[in-house]
Amino acid sequence: MKIITRLLPHPVLSPTLTVLWLLLVNSITPGQIFLGLFLGWVIPLLTLRFWPEAVNIHRPFALLRYIGMLLLDIILANFTVARLILGDPDRLKPVFIELPIILTSDLAISLLANSITLTPGTVSARLSDDRRYLLVHALNETDPNALIAAIKDRYERPLQEIFEQC
Amino acid sequence: MLEYFLSFLILTGAALTFIGSLGLLRLKDFYMRLHGPTKATTLGVGSLLIASAIFFSSRDAGISLHEILITLFLFITAPVSAHLLAKAALHLNLRSFAKMPIKSIKEKEGASNGTIGTQILEDNPSSSNTHAPKKSVQP
Amino acid sequence: MLDSVITIALGLVAAAVAMSFWRLLRGPSMPDRILALDTLYINSIALLMLLGIHLGSALFFEAALLIALMGFIGTVALCKYLLRGDIIE
Repeated sequence: MKIITRLLPHPVLSPTLTVLWLLLVNSITPGQIFLGLFLGWVIPLLTLRFWPEAVNIHRPFALLRYIGMLLLDIILANFTVARLILGDPDRLKPVFIELPIILTSDLAISLLANSITLTPGTVSARLSDDRRYLLVHALNETDPNALIAAIKDRYERPLQEIFEQC
Repeated sequence: MLEYFLSFLILTGAALTFIGSLGLLRLKDFYMRLHGPTKATTLGVGSLLIASAIFFSSRDAGISLHEILITLFLFITAPVSAHLLAKAALHLNLRSFAKMPIKSIKEKEGASNGTIGTQILEDNPSSSNTHAPKKSVQP
Repeated sequence: MLDSVITIALGLVAAAVAMSFWRLLRGPSMPDRILALDTLYINSIALLMLLGIHLGSALFFEAALLIALMGFIGTVALCKYLLRGDIIE
């Protein structure tokens, strides 16, 4: 068991790298698959020191569902923002809100920030020094509390289930 | 049939790209301008890239999926650069039409030293929404 | 039909490039210019992919990928410069 973890330190990263390599060369020949597998094995070993925190995905299927939901939200968000841009700029009510977060791991926080930026009219602007508040800029929002509740319910809870529940 | 679908994807993509840049042109302060490119342009380019992947897959014998790679890369990097830009703008105390929450003002990390920081939106001093430029709290 | 659609799309994206270039020249602040540069490179990726479909050549993919990589690194480096006054610490 110990030898396996030493030889394959990142079981998630290695197949990802192989798939990325196959996409990059855009061909599925046995030679390229072999080269991809080799790169997927060697690159995590060489860059071991840059990955201090092990990635724990407790519920892979929940992650897939989250990504699907996020894609739908992104498409909807784009048409919302397009309508706001084409409308009268003077009527927009931009607002800064502070979103208290309960996530602790780096990966979960950055995924939450990325989700916020990609979805309806909000951009995450800064993480506070004690990592408990995320400053979010909303393009057109009249009810900040409803927005906070929506973000917590829609994005933070699934992320917490996926990455932090044991 | 495929041609209609491709045309739809290409037109949607180009229109979204156009609208994103229009936002860059029209909106009134930096934080609002940030919304156009990060969302509309990213999805616009993503839809163009998917159209390109479908086009080359249908034209040549094998499937061509490497455009997905750029789409994936853009979707991962666009929020990161938006976040960094917003952070830089906050650091330089750019004025905004939105009110800043109080806690964020208190814990603001070292403010601009006046060499590169600029104040914009001088043309709208009357609005009560603009928060005044703040002095840094920390030494 | 695809040809005329691509011509329209090329026109739209070219207009987008022009608008972000105007913002790049106009400013008024440094983050605005960086944002304009960021948009400019994403628009140029769109332009390249459209040209690739129009000319039927898959070679434009490599150029688009390189622009995506370099553009992101450029944006991050410029933001770091604004935040810290230095790129390499």
